[in-house]
Amino acid sequence: MYQIIKQILKTGIKTETPPQPDEALRVEVRNLQEQILRHVGSALAIRCVDAGSCNGCELEIQALNNAYYNIGGLGIHFVASPRHADMLLVTGPVSRHMEIALKRTYDATPEPKLVVAVGDCGCNGGLFGESYASSGKISNVIPVDVAVPGCPPTPTAILQGILTAVTGGLKARAI
Amino acid sequence: MRLDEFPTKFPKLPGAMPIWHGAVDAATFRSLCEQVGHGGGKLVALWGSDELARDAGYALHVSLITAIGMLCLTLPVNAERPSYPDLSDLFPGASRMQRAAFDLLGLFADGACDHRKWMRHASWPGSVHPLRKSFDGGSAFATETDGYPFVTVTGGGVHEIAVGPVHAGTIEPGHFRFSVIGERVLRLEERFGYTHKGIEKRFESMNLDEGAKLAGRISGDSTVAYAWAYAQAVESVTGATPSPRALALRAVLLELERIHNHLGDLGNLGNDVGLAFGFAQFWILKEDLLRLNHDLFGHRYLMDSVVPGGVARDLDGKGCQRILEALAHLQHEVGTLKDIYDEHAGAQDRFLSAGRVSPDRAALLGLTGLAGRASSQAWDLRAQFPCAPYDQLDVRMATHHKGDVAARVTMRFEEVQESIRLIRLLLDQLPPGEPCTAVGNAPENALGIGWVEGWRGEIMVALHTGKDNRIHRLHPHDPSWQNWPVLEHAIIDNIVPDFPLINKSFNLSYTGIDL
Repeated sequence: MYQIIKQILKTGIKTETPPQPDEALRVEVRNLQEQILRHVGSALAIRCVDAGSCNGCELEIQALNNAYYNIGGLGIHFVASPRHADMLLVTGPVSRHMEIALKRTYDATPEPKLVVAVGDCGCNGGLFGESYASSGKISNVIPVDVAVPGCPPTPTAILQGILTAVTGGLKARAI
Repeated sequence: MRLDEFPTKFPKLPGAMPIWHGAVDAATFRSLCEQVGHGGGKLVALWGSDELARDAGYALHVSLITAIGMLCLTLPVNAERPSYPDLSDLFPGASRMQRAAFDLLGLFADGACDHRKWMRHASWPGSVHPLRKSFDGGSAFATETDGYPFVTVTGGGVHEIAVGPVHAGTIEPGHFRFSVIGERVLRLEERFGYTHKGIEKRFESMNLDEGAKLAGRISGDSTVAYAWAYAQAVESVTGATPSPRALALRAVLLELERIHNHLGDLGNLGNDVGLAFGFAQFWILKEDLLRLNHDLFGHRYLMDSVVPGGVARDLDGKGCQRILEALAHLQHEVGTLKDIYDEHAGAQDRFLSAGRVSPDRAALLGLTGLAGRASSQAWDLRAQFPCAPYDQLDVRMATHHKGDVAARVTMRFEEVQESIRLIRLLLDQLPPGEPCTAVGNAPENALGIGWVEGWRGEIMVALHTGKDNRIHRLHPHDPSWQNWPVLEHAIIDNIVPDFPLINKSFNLSYTGIDL
């Protein structure tokens, strides 16, 4: 126990300032009530869905939990079921084999729900494109609010996408 | 033909690795596979190709490991009745590869006991095979619900738990069907293929240049290993030779990839046993390394850093210095954290004896890579068939015999320390030279194979060239093909709540096998 406490004290606090929302990432403007967004923005539950990625984007989403990004400290947490979620964080491309599972996950998420597409493949199909096996970008299958490009996008970029979605077209506000 | 005759009868492929290739008839094919299987060798990969345009029907290829290197066999397969002798009795891991070869190319394994579909769900009918050249990669079929005949366990008190494809954590999609009594697992059956996005078909629309980028995105966490294996394959068919400096830098990149994956896993394994401290600590170390990667090589995960002909970016003296400083800090921290993990009764209680794969069973089932070495399967390409620069490094392979989660945790600690040692040696004697040399054109109808020990195990890329530098067929092989079936055995008699921990201790790729 002494060693653990010593190590924690030695490590100190690593958490960095989160990025500001970026309206350029928005795909679709929706009229969610400001009150709802304010509420969601301060305690956001996210369900991740890998709809066919190369797992690169998953690595960066997992990194959001590390001490530098400390996403939990912003009131954002990942939940185990879409039924508990306010937001779906989806990586792609959507493989045809995941199409039904993605739609069902979307349907199981209670309204009002937000969708953030992560990565070049989620934004436009990426290198895999559309084929017999791939349906391409996420918005081909479910409605998308915000899309974050990058291969994979950095944790900061993903966080920016998440924060953009919860500000719902409102002016950036202090977190 | 006797197995020991193959180096004299078959040509050795040009390039870095000891690989021999020959075309054989069905009887010789089966006989050589038997000799490898009974002689303690292993199956690496099995794949098919469509050779109708060359009037040669189809072809089935296998690559096997023997004492002196890789033996790659090509068996011509009749176009009218495309079948070949089953190998799953010799190598249990062959079963899923054979089922995939049927789904994708319609090649039938004669004598196999499992002919259920594997790669195909319901987005294309069983009567068409996407990797046949006559199949248009752009075709789309109506998606229906997938019907898959899982094996049903019956008896008093048995019930099923179905998990996935969408999982509770931030992980890839796959389906696990547990048959349990109470909490105890009687049987696990895996169903994958959810992330099948047509990678192999996509390669066939690309030339050798374009393919490099896609190769780095077969399994993002192993991007360096895949990119290097792809580069080896291209260099084999084009005759290009990367400079010693490029090879040394590739090894630095590969070891950095091994370290950051191991750090992430060690953190996650701590998290899975309720030691959030471990997650916090290891993921700080991982993040530090990713940021260093980005500063020095332009990408956090080193994607597109290895290219055919060499590496995309050189490393200067200042960069070397930064890596060495980072490694010194890392070595100290990992040492401290190992002591804490080792002394933590709660963590050890969960690690020890969970998800055990005995050495006998590991050998029988062909467990490979890191998980294999944790069960006494002493295979590591870097030590056994070291290509440059590993031939100068005397890589110390870590092995353990207990085969439980604890052994796989210890493997990671030891491999991190060894990778640190290797990077120091490499940077210490970094040879001068160009980071990248020009790659010429490839002849048509040539085969090149790349074979690299990634952090998970051995990764192979088999490249068959077409006209005008195009890819006729490319098969990337992930060690997860071999190891996923073994996970079904590792979980037997454990309790369901230990599955996430056991699964994480293997940390296998879904996209790497779904392709």
